[in-house]
Formats: sequence, C-alpha cells, structure tokens
Amino acid sequence: MSQIRAVLFRSSANRLRFGLQEGLHVIVRGRLSVYEPRGEYQIVLDMIEPKGIGALQLAFEQLKERLAEEGLFDQDRKKAIPPFPRTIGVVTSLTGAAILDILAVLRRRWPIVHIVIAPVQVQGEGAGRQIAEALTALNGLGSVDIVIVGRGGGSLEDLWSFNEEIVIRAIAASHIPVVSAVGHEIDVTLADFVADLRAPTPSAAAEAVVPVLADIVERLSELRVRMEQVMLRHCASERRRVDAGLLGLKDVRFRLQEAAQQTDDLMDCLCKMTQRLLRVRREQVYEVQRNLSSLNPILVIKQGLVRIPHLSKRLEGRMCVTMEHHRHWVRATLAQLNSLSPLAVLGRGYSILQTVPAGQIVHRASDVETGQELEAQLVRGRLSCVVTRVLDDSPV
Amino acid sequence: MVSRYDVAAVKFETAMARLEAIVGELEKSDLPLDESLKIFEEGIRLSKSCLKILEEAEHKVEVLVQDKNGKKRIHAYSSDEESDEPSA
Repeated sequence: MSQIRAVLFRSSANRLRFGLQEGLHVIVRGRLSVYEPRGEYQIVLDMIEPKGIGALQLAFEQLKERLAEEGLFDQDRKKAIPPFPRTIGVVTSLTGAAILDILAVLRRRWPIVHIVIAPVQVQGEGAGRQIAEALTALNGLGSVDIVIVGRGGGSLEDLWSFNEEIVIRAIAASHIPVVSAVGHEIDVTLADFVADLRAPTPSAAAEAVVPVLADIVERLSELRVRMEQVMLRHCASERRRVDAGLLGLKDVRFRLQEAAQQTDDLMDCLCKMTQRLLRVRREQVYEVQRNLSSLNPILVIKQGLVRIPHLSKRLEGRMCVTMEHHRHWVRATLAQLNSLSPLAVLGRGYSILQTVPAGQIVHRASDVETGQELEAQLVRGRLSCVVTRVLDDSPV
Repeated sequence: MVSRYDVAAVKFETAMARLEAIVGELEKSDLPLDESLKIFEEGIRLSKSCLKILEEAEHKVEVLVQDKNGKKRIHAYSSDEESDEPSA
C-alpha cells in the first residue's frame, strides 16, 4: 500500500462540515508539493469528502449522536402544545411558499389568532444564526404561545441550516413550545428531533397548532344544549316529586283534621272524668275532715269540762261518806282509847308514880328506897313525894 | 419549563376544560337540584364568555424586524411584501 502525507490547513479544516475521525475513508483533492525539510512529497488538500456517504450526511450523524447524548432529543423534555393559542410566532422566510401556506391555513382554521413573523434566511451562510436569534427574540416578547419554525422543501444542502448546532440549541432553550416544519414529509432535520412537535410540512404545522373555529363554536353550542337538556330533565323530575308531595300533603291535611276531631273528643272525655274524679276525692276529703273534726281534742276537752263538775260532786259525795266513816271510826277508837286510857283510871282515884328524874314508873315497892324522891301523877295535877317507908311487897 | 401564556389564552383553555367538566358532572345526574343549578349557571357563564372571546379576537399579522442598530420593531404585514423593510 502506498502512502502519501496529506496536509489540510486549519483554514480549510474549519470549513469542513463533518469531523475528521481516525479510520475515516475519504476522497480528497489537492495539489502535489514537496515538503523540503523532509524531502517528501505531500498533497495539500483543498477538498476532502467522506467516502461512501456525503460530508453532510456524516456531519449530520456526528452532530445527532453528540446532541442526543446530551439528552436534547429526550421525550420528557418536550413541552405540551397549548390547544388555544392567542399568539403564534413564525420563524421562516418572508419569501417562499411556506409563510403563505402557514398564514392561509391559520386564517382558514382559527382566524382570531395573532401572528408574529420573525423573518429569516432559511439557507446559506448565517441562516442558522438568524434562525437562532429569531427564536430568542420571539421568546423575549413574552406574549407568544407557540412558535413554528420551518421552510419549504429542498435538498439536504438547502435544509442544512436546520441541522446547525446553534439552531438546535436555540430550539432546546426556548421556553415557548416549538413546532418544526422543515421541507417535505421525507425530510428530516435535527430541528425535528429537538422540537416539541414535528410537522411534516408548514401547512401541517399550522393545522397542528390551532383547532377549527367552527368546530369549537359548535362544541360550545353542543355543550350548552346538553346542559340545558340535563337541567330541564332534572327540573321536570323534581317538579314531579314536588307534585307528588303536594298530593301527599292534601291527604295529610284530611288526616290531620280527623286527628284534631279525635283529640277534641278525647279532651272532653278527659275533662268529664277529671271532674268526676275530683268530686269523689272531694267527698273523701270531707269525710276524713269530718272524722278528724270529731276527734278534735277541743271537743274532748269540752266534754271533759262538762263531766268534771259531775265527777267533782260525786267525788265530794264519796269523800263525805268516807270522812264520816273515818270520823266514826276515830270516835269509836277514841272512846276505846279513852276507856283504856290511864287517865280514866286516874279518874277513879288512882295515881301513877314515877322516879325522879328518870321518869320510870314504879311498879313494886321494892323498886324504891326510902327517902327517894318520886312524882305522883293524879288525874288532875302532880305531887312531888318522898318515900318515908317501904312496906311489904305483897300482891293485892 | 412553563411558557408564559397570554392571559386570555389561559383563560380560554381553562374555561373550556371547566365547561367540559361541568357538562360531564351534570350528565352524571347524581347531584341535588341546587348544586346542579349552581354549576349549570357557571357553565352557561363560561360558554358565553368563551364565545365572546372567540368573537372578539382580532386577526392580526405582524413582522418582527431587527434594524441596523440592532433594535427590534414590529410592523404590520402585507402579503405582497418580498423583503422586510421597516416602516419609517
């Protein structure tokens, strides 16, 4: 295998769209020259192309892989498209069919939307930068709800701007949802991967971001009709319930009247029975009162008071009788006593001799001595005596 | 990240969603009458204001342009424009 050194100056290398990788097969064109310090031949390249696939295609693959690794194409990064946008931003060329198609579709479907166009070049040098700046500007307005970025059909070269890294990053950085609409159905650019929604054509993008006004108006009308129908049905059934209730109420009124009458009757009955009971009880009370009165202590006292004089008299009577008895007894006893009284004996001429001072009665002459002083009690009076002689003690 | 919507746009979307929800609730028919009446009224109000939004919105097309000094201006779009020229 023959080898020759190839030289690619930095200025040329910078213009390459694809990255140079070791092992890459390339087709080159250049001018032969001699590198004198080494004394070698070399080719100074002015064109270099990957063999097999195009430079652009390779660049596309390389960039796609790199950005995908950063996660820029991830499904969960994609924002939802709001269903009823007020303002739509469009990044595209002012010339060309794309803008006309978009405007036509939007006007037809949802004519009330406000559109802001950010005109850009859609191919060539600087187009990528313009597209990126337009996206930033629309984000900066603050009033845009959705952005459509796109262009009409063309070759891979023509569409290349929508593969540029600066555009991809601008779409990724947009906080407004972005719809990509580049070329035709079969055209795929990296913008399509990073966008929140990919549309196959600009017209399709316009269709995707707005509903049909007539449909929405009809939907509103339909919803209103459905609500009204539901309410009519509901009210009707409630009305029927109320009517049924009313019928029930009339029935209730009749039964209330019956019940009222019954109540009156029962009240009468109750009154009469109460009165009767009252009478009976009152009678009982009087009876008891009477009994109680008759047991009144005052009566007893009065009766007693009446009896007391009688009893007193009887008592007196008895006392007299009793006293008589006693008197009689006393007289009798006195007489008896009298008869037994030594005084009576004395009256018959006897006297009682007593010692002095002891007062002992002298029964025997031997009890005294001659010269002893004695006192003789006579029936009347006393004598003080002295024993002159004690004579013989013989019984009478 | 949530985009900053125009207030009217959010209102319309919210209103439509609420309206659909109300109709669904009413048709389930297990609400008492005074509840139904309340949300029915809300529903009618919503559908009226949605229609109003649709009828009153204007169709406007503008072009965002950066002139030589780097300043941004908006001017009206006319369909026979071939290049963007800022108005005087």
